[in-house]
Amino acid sequence: MNDVALLTLEGVSVDLPTPRGNLRAVDGVDLTVGAGRTLGIVGESGCGKTMLSRAILQLLPKKAKHSGSVMFDGQDLLQLPPERLRKLRGRSLAVVFQDPMTSLNPVLTIGTQLIETLREHLELDLAAAEMRSVELLAAVSIPAPEQRLKQYPHQLSGGMRQRVAIAIALSCEPKLLIADEPTTALDVTIQAQILDLLVREQRRRHMAMILITHDLGVVAGRTDEVAVMYAGRVVERAPTPVLFKKMRMPYTEALLAAIPKIDAAPHTPLPAISGRPPDPTRPLRGCSFSPRCRYAARRCHQEKPALVEAESREHLYACFHPIETGAVAGA
Amino acid sequence: MATLELTITEIEQMQARRLGPLCWMAVGWMTFMFAVAMFADVLPLPSPTDMDMLERRAPTSLQHWLGTDGLGRDELARLIFGARVSLVVGLCAPVIGLTFGGALGMLAGYFRGRFETLVVGSMDVLLAFPPLILALAVIAYLGQSLVNLTCILGVLGIPAFMRVARASTLTLARREFVIAAQALGATHARILLRELLPNVMLPLLAFFLLSVAVTIVVEGALSFLGLGVPPPASSWGSMIGEGRESLEVAPRLAFMPAIAMFLTVLSFNLVGDTLRALTDPRQGAL
Amino acid sequence: MPGFVARRLLYLLPVLVAVSMLTFLVASLLPGDLAYVILGDQATPEKVEALRHDMGLDQPVWWRYFGWLGHVLQGDFGRSFRTGQTVLQAVAERLPVSFELMILAEVVGLATGVPLAIVCAARSGGAFDRLMTGTAFGMLSLPTFLSAILLIYLFAVELRWLPATGYVPFAEDPVGNLRFFVLPALTLALAEWPGIMRVLRSDMIATLQEDYIALAKAKGLKASRILFVHALKPSSLTLVTIAGINIGRLIGGALIVETIFALPGIGRLLVGAIYTRDLIILQGVVLLVAAGFVVMNFIVDLLYAVLDPRIRHGHA
Repeated sequence: MNDVALLTLEGVSVDLPTPRGNLRAVDGVDLTVGAGRTLGIVGESGCGKTMLSRAILQLLPKKAKHSGSVMFDGQDLLQLPPERLRKLRGRSLAVVFQDPMTSLNPVLTIGTQLIETLREHLELDLAAAEMRSVELLAAVSIPAPEQRLKQYPHQLSGGMRQRVAIAIALSCEPKLLIADEPTTALDVTIQAQILDLLVREQRRRHMAMILITHDLGVVAGRTDEVAVMYAGRVVERAPTPVLFKKMRMPYTEALLAAIPKIDAAPHTPLPAISGRPPDPTRPLRGCSFSPRCRYAARRCHQEKPALVEAESREHLYACFHPIETGAVAGA
Repeated sequence: MATLELTITEIEQMQARRLGPLCWMAVGWMTFMFAVAMFADVLPLPSPTDMDMLERRAPTSLQHWLGTDGLGRDELARLIFGARVSLVVGLCAPVIGLTFGGALGMLAGYFRGRFETLVVGSMDVLLAFPPLILALAVIAYLGQSLVNLTCILGVLGIPAFMRVARASTLTLARREFVIAAQALGATHARILLRELLPNVMLPLLAFFLLSVAVTIVVEGALSFLGLGVPPPASSWGSMIGEGRESLEVAPRLAFMPAIAMFLTVLSFNLVGDTLRALTDPRQGAL
Repeated sequence: MPGFVARRLLYLLPVLVAVSMLTFLVASLLPGDLAYVILGDQATPEKVEALRHDMGLDQPVWWRYFGWLGHVLQGDFGRSFRTGQTVLQAVAERLPVSFELMILAEVVGLATGVPLAIVCAARSGGAFDRLMTGTAFGMLSLPTFLSAILLIYLFAVELRWLPATGYVPFAEDPVGNLRFFVLPALTLALAEWPGIMRVLRSDMIATLQEDYIALAKAKGLKASRILFVHALKPSSLTLVTIAGINIGRLIGGALIVETIFALPGIGRLLVGAIYTRDLIILQGVVLLVAAGFVVMNFIVDLLYAVLDPRIRHGHA
């Protein structure tokens, strides 16, 4: 494992004009992902994590304005001409979306959707591309791969469709894979299988991976580092075991507490986080989490906390009243 | 992510909802045409039927502001009286469609069941005919007259109005205010008239305007072929048909009624389309 | 798939029967007229009565309907009393002309509308898109006979590039034949392409918002492939719908165009029959055209199943 960062985000912000005013979807995010390393990004719906992934891929909506720098493999993606960017996508940079029913084209066969990626980036002929497609489908544990090539997405189950999406993403040996809520649309029983498949492939190919999810439980044991996002900003960032053992942000603590525990007594009420995320078109003067935070004090409502180091350089958090260290239940 | 996408389309919808200057111009033209057609008798115009064989196809002059046609009749007067005929047919025929089609549609959408199947089925049969063919056939059998023409064009419009009314009623009948009225013991008639009708009226009105545009065109086409309004009455369509013979010598005889018709049809289409975008945002962009 | 076809066929038959009944009903509204018209100047009350009895016009409506239907099912649509031709002969002579016109018009309309729709959808909101959408809207308000007059004036009268009327069969003189068809087909196409363009553009704009398009972009596929393969194929269903709906308008438009440009097609046959009060031809042609229209719609329905595999397999 090398220390050279494959992906470096510096001060990345995304603004969207809306009838109600400017919407700051992503606010000054700094992140790095090393080659072969996994980063988990965790946050509620609407916290900007999907917009961030689109910003990395440079696939933002037309009206969006983005700033900052996205360095991938030594190149600043914001400055690249569109043609070079297109060649990077699908090849070095791949993505798996949340819902395989809508992310796969319903009127094209599975084979077509696999083969077109291979032929576009690797310049294989049809026969070689077909063979490779069968290999890929087998690698993601899809039975009877040759038959699948001629089938349509609606003929497969949800879990299998997502495996196909993963196969497509892995087809050209990408350096970085972004998985945006890859299991949210799937049955609970299948979720673990898909996640394990992703991790297995990641380790085998020494591929960097960003795993985006709203469920803190998903990243435990599967990622090297975790970044917690809230209202468009990264509010805590640490290597995974450190985060679970020594979390500082009250928000992270609340997220962890919201995961149902298998050994909790029956009918234990789930501690949901009360309140709702702030309206992104009306940013608060103070900490964005302060209206819902049970530790909030005056300073929290008036000043925005900056990211500061905790016990080591690798653990950053943004809070004026961090929780003290000590094991938090459920880590 | 989904919420963010929605906010972007909100911007586009808001832009579409402004009543642009084009729309107001269309309304202006429509009003002008109406006024002119209504007050045609009172305007200081020569009679549209007076033939002056010495002044055939004469160009613009003080006596005849837009010249004369192939039989020496004043072109301006003919245009204005032609507007009257085109507009009368154009407005009365869709009224038939609106009344009968709208009523049938509302009843079908409200009562459902076998009645609905019957209504939709018979409308399908009517729609199985290419409309112009049916219109021609009926006119051939019943003879040409203004009343016949208006009636057949009106009847041809019934299926379309039925569809619009039924679609509206189907969505509205499930809403709370209808269920509430039923719970309060309101009779069917009351619900239909008081609750549903005012809401169904809006998309029907938009469709009515579009229907007027279509009717003016169809009547124009029939009259152009000589199969529409019978002489001596003449609409824009028959004027264009007659003007066709003079294309080489005096093209304005065909083009002036053509422009008048085009502008009128365009205006009705514009206003109708804008209204439809306002009342049924899902279909707006079409 | 065969089950699908069988179910649609089952729906087709009652519609055809109803169409035939409606046609006959319209025709039988004034039975007395037919005898008068045939006799013309020689009509006297006795002759009219005799002819009516001969033709069975004094029988009840339903009796006459079944008689007529019986003949029709055996292929006997009646004979024009003006020209002596049977209806089927007259129609068979003129069918190729009408077909050629409608096919040319549809082809030109599609060739104009589809590419424009794709370009406008890809650059929606831009200047070109707004210009084209506005033009399409304007063209929709231009009736067929007006475009005909405009084109005739421009190309036949002023520029004298093309003939205004006339026809020569394709077999005799292919180039001449096509020359005669340019203006008529163009007139009809001018009425076709706006509808095609607007609907396809609208559908493609919606399709382009779908997740699978975002994934296709994320896969680094070429823009042309995304537009023509990923976006156009799902929208092609709408295209077929529009082409199907257009057939009805196309038939009506063809009628007007044939009359204006003096093309010996079915439309002209119909209009001619009206001018000369040849009611037998009228009745037969109306039935044939309506039946043809119903069959065309049936074929369009089948095309749906071919284009969208989800329909074929029974999923929505």
